[in-house]
Amino acid sequence: MAETTDGEEHGGTRRDFLYVAAGGMGAVGVGAVVWPFVDQMNPSQDVLALSSVEVDISSLEAGQQLKAFWRGKPVFIRRRTEEEIKIAQGAKMSDLPDPQADSERADENPEWLILIGVCTHFGCIPLANAGEYGGWFCPCHGSHYDLSGRIRKGPAPRNLEVPQYVFLDENTLKIG
Amino acid sequence: MAEHHPLQTNNPVIRWVEVRLPIFSLLNDHLVVYPAPKNFNYWYNFGSILGIMLVLQIVTGIVLVMHYTSDASMAFDSVEHIMRDVNYGWLMRYMHANGASLFFLAVFIHMFRGLYYGSYKAPRELLWWFGIIIFLIMMATAFMGYVLPWGQMSFWGATVITNFFSAIPLVGDPIVTWLWGGFAVSGPTLQRFFSLHYLLPFVLVAIVFLHLWALHTTKSNNPLGIDPKGPQDTIPFHPYYTIKDIYGFAVFAILFAGFVFFAPNYLGHPDNYIPADPLVTPAHIVPEWYFLPFYAILRAVPDKLFGVILMFAAILILFVVPWLDTSKVRSATFRPVFKQLFWLFVIDCVILGIVGAYPPEGMWIIVGRAATIYYFGFFLILPIVGWFEKPKPIPESISAAVLAKSDGKKPTTAEEKG
Amino acid sequence: MRILSIALAAAAVIGLSSSVALAAGGPNAAQKPSGIEWTHSGPFGTFDRAAAQRGLVVYKEVCAGCHSLKYVAFRNLTGIGLNADEIKALAKEYDIADLDEDGEETDRPGKPSDYFPSPFANAKAAAAANGGALPPDLSLMIKARANGDNYVHALLTGYGDAPADFDVMEGLSYNPYFEGRQLAMTAPLSEDAVEFADGTPATVDQMAKDVVVFLAWAAEPTMEARKNLGVKVMIFLLIFTGLMYAVKRRVWADLH
Repeated sequence: MAETTDGEEHGGTRRDFLYVAAGGMGAVGVGAVVWPFVDQMNPSQDVLALSSVEVDISSLEAGQQLKAFWRGKPVFIRRRTEEEIKIAQGAKMSDLPDPQADSERADENPEWLILIGVCTHFGCIPLANAGEYGGWFCPCHGSHYDLSGRIRKGPAPRNLEVPQYVFLDENTLKIG
Repeated sequence: MAEHHPLQTNNPVIRWVEVRLPIFSLLNDHLVVYPAPKNFNYWYNFGSILGIMLVLQIVTGIVLVMHYTSDASMAFDSVEHIMRDVNYGWLMRYMHANGASLFFLAVFIHMFRGLYYGSYKAPRELLWWFGIIIFLIMMATAFMGYVLPWGQMSFWGATVITNFFSAIPLVGDPIVTWLWGGFAVSGPTLQRFFSLHYLLPFVLVAIVFLHLWALHTTKSNNPLGIDPKGPQDTIPFHPYYTIKDIYGFAVFAILFAGFVFFAPNYLGHPDNYIPADPLVTPAHIVPEWYFLPFYAILRAVPDKLFGVILMFAAILILFVVPWLDTSKVRSATFRPVFKQLFWLFVIDCVILGIVGAYPPEGMWIIVGRAATIYYFGFFLILPIVGWFEKPKPIPESISAAVLAKSDGKKPTTAEEKG
Repeated sequence: MRILSIALAAAAVIGLSSSVALAAGGPNAAQKPSGIEWTHSGPFGTFDRAAAQRGLVVYKEVCAGCHSLKYVAFRNLTGIGLNADEIKALAKEYDIADLDEDGEETDRPGKPSDYFPSPFANAKAAAAANGGALPPDLSLMIKARANGDNYVHALLTGYGDAPADFDVMEGLSYNPYFEGRQLAMTAPLSEDAVEFADGTPATVDQMAKDVVVFLAWAAEPTMEARKNLGVKVMIFLLIFTGLMYAVKRRVWADLH
């Protein structure tokens, strides 16, 4: 390229600044354009609207369980009897492949156990009131969960997950 | 192909790849050192603009398909889902819809440029042909894309256009039934248009590749229409035209953004916000603006079959332009008669577009027929123009012309030199 | 060539000056509405929240008797300024069709994630209840008509007696703004048809204006986001284009 007549140094820095500014702005522009394309794959507003669900639990009696649907997955809502709570709380930590106290899991009220009904092995839905520990049994590969939803026997690595929940009043449970 | 320059580099990664697949030297040959005439004007920006718009349409299209449902009972709803619930869905949709319009604006300018500077003449006939094929595929793609939202214009536009084929004698009706997959435009029609609308852009990419290959074989034409005589007449594509193309696209992007953000429905039709109803025909069925000139030609003829033939002929005639034009001079810059006829032709195309927007009544019929006559007349008169026209003196070379312009002198012409 | 141009020009002049009436649609073509100032027009337009909320009242108490609003969910109403509690309360007022434990069809109170229910079970029922004419869904009405906001406002305020020479068909009402000048919808708005919480007098014109603002929002709730982003993009592009022009001139300096 031909030499510029103004001092090489001044011309140089001015030219570089211009190129850096333009290139920088171009890069920012490209980045800004990319974001909507990425974000459109995030959950849409109608999906997010269902990110929490309210369940009427007024009809549940002790010893009964109902299944709710939340974020595409089943949720077990179990109202435990005194007996069941005692058994769940009495388990020895050393017996548990994934040690966790019952009080950590049914933390709002020991009477209410809320679990995501998806086996932590490969995702099948465990059956209620089945298995050797009085809780749930997954028929796919034989995992046994106890009355706190903890894994006791079988290939599942972790306890059934406890979702975020809150009691809006004595009849309504909000999950998520 | 262009001369192969082995890439000079110390970078070991590049050298490793080069030995196995010379992609870097390919990119270097065709995008960096590629010799382009130094006298391109801004009409020459539209090729790169089109390339970027094609990529943009494909990317926004793929993104839209992540949320669109092509079943007739859900298509319209899925588009509203995109507009209201999908993050930035409205932006994707408006970019895609307005992108199509701007894609056509750019392609019309690109084609008019080719006509004006004689870029269709030897040895660039195949380049021109690939271009026309690209245009035809664009039209098919855009037509099918407009059907997908399944609004009133989608449905009835599809009904009108597919009915063209019933004009074909003997086999017309079976062909239309075959296109429809039923007894009218319906679910199966929408489904197959969706499939083809997704497919054709990738066919386009392949033809664009052939178009660029042909271009790089013959090298570009230029506003003077005279061949470069040596390296003094060309400049490397990078940085001159890479930077100029980015600048040009930025200007184009301002226009694009103007539509997308501030007038996103201006180029569309309100009736397409009404869900398709096979029992209610809109008062005026109008195609998108880029089809209006052809729609006008179609309706200029009272006979159904002849109207369809003439409409297709309006595009197919482009294929023979390299042979219709007998002039030895390429660029309209030096062809005073052709230049006038060309600008009248441009105005004529605009008039045809306006005519296409109105119902074929009253004065519009007369204007439409006159404009159609001129449209074909322009092409058919080219052989005669070529023989009888006296061209202006042609400069000796591109450099001479460029230098002379900056000196304010007239360049010595090839004629004067002897 | 020149002869051709002259001939063409002559034809155009003759054609244009011909006395053939350029009837745009015939003697019963719709009257064009006059434009009103809307706060949502223009590149910096925003929806008047107060007007939209009044318009919601008009929709609920007048229009919803016949017209559905199927693309608007209760949760969307944050866009016109309602808070989560107000939306929950509003949703509960509605009975939404659902299935009960036994799979039987039943009604339950609405939730924010529900959509405005249709007043009719299906399109056929809607048409049957309205003399064979199906009241269209209003979610997109403002976008589905040319100059939609002005058109709907003119239509709602445009009812009146037909001129002496106009024959109004059985069951239809005269309105000069509708194509064909008569339509199946009787004048929906009358003075004080609703009561506005903010005390604004419910004149026909006021209700028409407010419901148009509400419907304009309903047709495109993302409009404000679009225009906001548009302003930012334009400013960026103008600066970037300016910079690129300078870069281009710099790069080409030695050739010019």
